[in-house]
Amino acid sequence: MRIALCVWAAVLPLAAQVSYERLRQAEANPGDWLTYSGSYNAQRYSALNQITAANVRGLRPVWVYQMNTTERVEASPLVAGGVMYVSEPGGSVTALDTATGRPFWRYVRTLPKVARGCCGQVNRGVAILNDMVYVGTFDSHLVALDINSGIVRWDTEVADPKLGYSITGAPLALKDKVVVGVAGGEYGVRGLIDAYDARTGQRAWRFWTVPAAGEPGSETWAGDTNKTGAAPTWVTGAYDPEQNTVFWGTGNPGPDWNGDARAGDNLYSDSLVALDGDSGKLKWYFQFTPHDTHDWDSTEVPVLADAVVRGEKHKAVLFGNRNAFYYVLDRTNGKFLAGKPFAKQSWAKGLDDSGRPIVLPNTEPTVQGARVYPDLTGGTNWFSPSFSPQANLFYVASRDGGGMYLKGNAVYKPGAQFNGGGQGPILGEEMQGIIRALDPNTGNLKWEFKLRSDAEAGILSTAGNLVFAGANEGDFFALDASTGHALWHFQTGGLINANPVTYLSGGKQQVAIATGNSIFAFGLGE
Amino acid sequence: MRFACLHLLFAVAAMAQFDPEYVVPKENPHATPADLKNGQQLFMGQCARCHGPKGEGGRGPVLAQPRLRRAPDDESLFLVIRDGIRGTEMPSGDSLDTLETWQLAAYIRSIGRIASESVPGDPKHGQDLFQNKAHCSQCHIVNGQGGSLGPELTEIATLRGAAHLRATVLDPTSTLSQGFLQVRLVGKDGRRITGVRVNEDTFTIQVRDLKGGLHSFQKDDLKELHRDAGKTPMPAFSTVLSPAEVDDVIAYLATLRGNQ
Repeated sequence: MRIALCVWAAVLPLAAQVSYERLRQAEANPGDWLTYSGSYNAQRYSALNQITAANVRGLRPVWVYQMNTTERVEASPLVAGGVMYVSEPGGSVTALDTATGRPFWRYVRTLPKVARGCCGQVNRGVAILNDMVYVGTFDSHLVALDINSGIVRWDTEVADPKLGYSITGAPLALKDKVVVGVAGGEYGVRGLIDAYDARTGQRAWRFWTVPAAGEPGSETWAGDTNKTGAAPTWVTGAYDPEQNTVFWGTGNPGPDWNGDARAGDNLYSDSLVALDGDSGKLKWYFQFTPHDTHDWDSTEVPVLADAVVRGEKHKAVLFGNRNAFYYVLDRTNGKFLAGKPFAKQSWAKGLDDSGRPIVLPNTEPTVQGARVYPDLTGGTNWFSPSFSPQANLFYVASRDGGGMYLKGNAVYKPGAQFNGGGQGPILGEEMQGIIRALDPNTGNLKWEFKLRSDAEAGILSTAGNLVFAGANEGDFFALDASTGHALWHFQTGGLINANPVTYLSGGKQQVAIATGNSIFAFGLGE
Repeated sequence: MRFACLHLLFAVAAMAQFDPEYVVPKENPHATPADLKNGQQLFMGQCARCHGPKGEGGRGPVLAQPRLRRAPDDESLFLVIRDGIRGTEMPSGDSLDTLETWQLAAYIRSIGRIASESVPGDPKHGQDLFQNKAHCSQCHIVNGQGGSLGPELTEIATLRGAAHLRATVLDPTSTLSQGFLQVRLVGKDGRRITGVRVNEDTFTIQVRDLKGGLHSFQKDDLKELHRDAGKTPMPAFSTVLSPAEVDDVIAYLATLRGNQ
C-alpha cells in the first residue's frame, strides 16, 4: 500500500538516478549518504567538514520527523539529492525533504499475522540503485520502490516468515544486484545471503550460511543439527568493488545457549564470509566464535581499510565483535593479522596465532547460571562502528558488563523459538557503555568516553574531526575525534538505538539520527 | 539474535515456543495438580528471586494475595507472565511455552489462596509510631499525606512482604533497589546538596534533596559529584524503636493495601 502525500511530487527536485558509479564514488561525494554505512567500505566516515570541533557548539535541531509507531526505531537513513529515504518499523519507507523534514511520499508495509521475530519489528534502512529504493520487510520480502513516488516496482519473498525468517537489516545494492540478509537466529532457520536482480527482483544467487549434508563445513555439525543451525545475516555488510567481494557477518548457531547436540565448530555461524559479488560463491571465511553458546552473533559491520601490521601494509577488514574482541583480517584471504579484547571479557584467555579464541573452562551456560562477560548483548552489537582515516582511529560503542548464562532444553518446532536457555542479570552490577577509540592496526585503546548506562547506538566520524554518537537516555553528542573530549550534546528525549548519518541539504551540512520514534536533523545556525 | 531477551532478566531452562497466533482463553486450561507442581518448579527457578519463594514479595510485588492488581483474572495473568509489564522490572517470559505459562499462572493463583502470613504487633500503635516517634511521614506519603523524599507507601503491603519491610525498617541499606543512589553535590557556585538521584544521563543529573526539593545540573557545572552507593538518607530504626515497636510499625505497614 502506498499513500501519496504530495500529488505534485513529480515537479519537486527529487533524486533521479543513483548509478552504481555514484555508489562506488560515495566517499568522494559526501553530500549524499548513499549506502547503509555511507560507502561500500562501511567506514561510516564523512569527508564533510562544515561542522567542526570549533563550531559544533552551534549545532541545533533543524527539523524533526515523527513516525506513527510504538516499535523501536533503528533506521539509518539514506540521502540522495537532498531527499532522505528512511525505513520505518516493519519495512515501511518514507521519503523526506531534508530542508524541511516534510514527507514527499510514504510506502506502508502491512504485515501478515505470521510475521515474527525475536526482537521487535525493527528495520535498519534501505538501499538505493538507479531509480529504485529497496527495503527488506519484517515478513521477509524484498521490495523495490520507485524512487520518485514510492510505488512498488516489484515484491519478492526472500524466505518463509512462518519458519521465523524476517528481514530487519538494510539491503546493499551493487552493480546490478541487491544483496540482502535475514534474521531468525532464535527460530532454528537456515541462514542465507541472497542477491536479486535490481531491475526484476529475480534471485541471482544464494549463499547458505549453514552447509547442507555432505557440503564442506557440514562436518562441523553433529548429526543433522545443521538443519536448524541458524547463522542469520541480519546486518548489512561491506563491498570491495576492486575484488568484487561482498563481506557479510553471520549470527549465532541454533539453539543459542545449548550446544550439546551440535558438537563441532558449527560453520559458518559467528563468522565473516567473503562472497563473489557475481556468483555468491564463498571466497573465504573467518569464524570468530567457534561453537558459540552465548549468542554472540558476528553480525557487526565489517569495516574495510588499510592496516599496517608488523610493518606491513594490508588491505584489511576491521571488526569489533560481539564476543568483546577486536580483529584485523587480511581481506584478500581472510587471514588473521591482529586482535585483542576491546571490552570486558572473561571467556577466553586470548586469541591464538590463527585468531581462534583460547576458551577458558567453566564459561559454558549451566542450569544454575554461569557468570560470564560480556553479556549476551555483547561487547558491542549491530550498531555501527566508525573508522576515521583522518584521525586513523576505529571507534566502537562498547559495553562492559556480564550475565548469568542459563542452559535449558531446546526442542525444534517450525516457526517457534529455539533458544535452549537464556540469561539472567548479575545482581548489583550495572552495564557500562563506553565509546572507545582504538588503534586500527593493533586494537590498543587510544581514548574512551563513558556513558551513563548502556551503549546501543552507532558512531559517525567526520572530517570536521568529530565523532557523533548517542546514549540510551536520549543524549545525542559530539566528541573530539582525536581526544574523546565532549564538545556538544543535545537531549532528544528518546532512546537512541540507531546510527548517525551526515549529508548536505541546500549546500549545508546536516547530521541526522533516529531517536525515540523520530528522526532528528541537526545543522548549524545562520 | 539481536538484543534477544534484553529484558529477559530471569531466563530460563525451558523451551521457547511462543505461537503468535495463540488466542488466550479466559480461564486457565492447565490447572491440574501436576500442572501446579511443574508451575512451582518454574516459579522457584524464575520468579522466586524477586517475588520470594512463597510469593511473599521482595524486590517484586507480593503474589501470595487473593487479588493481583495487574492480573485480576486468568487471561491477564497469562499475558503479564508472557509479555512482562512495560516500564517495570517485570520481564517477558520469552522462554516459556504456552503450557508452561499456564502452569506458572496456576501456581501463582494457588499461593494467592493460601492464608496470608500473620504479622505480630498492634497496627494502630504502629500508625502512631509511624507518624510521631519514628517521623516516617516526613519522607513517605500514605493516602496523600506526608513528605515525598521516600517511596509512597499507600499500597506497600501489596508490593512488599512483611519480612522485606522488617529488613528495610531495621537496616534500609539491606534492601536498596537497583538504580537507587544517594548523591552529594557541590556546585561551582559553592552550593552543597545531599539527596537522592531521580534521573541521570551522560551529561546531566537530577536530584531530590532531603527536603524534597528538585534540582537539575549539567555535570560540567559541578565541582564535586559523590556517589554514595549502598547508602540511603533513611535511618536504621533498630536503634530508634524497640523490637515491640518495630513489630507494631510492620503490622501497620501490612495494612496499607491502597483501595483494596
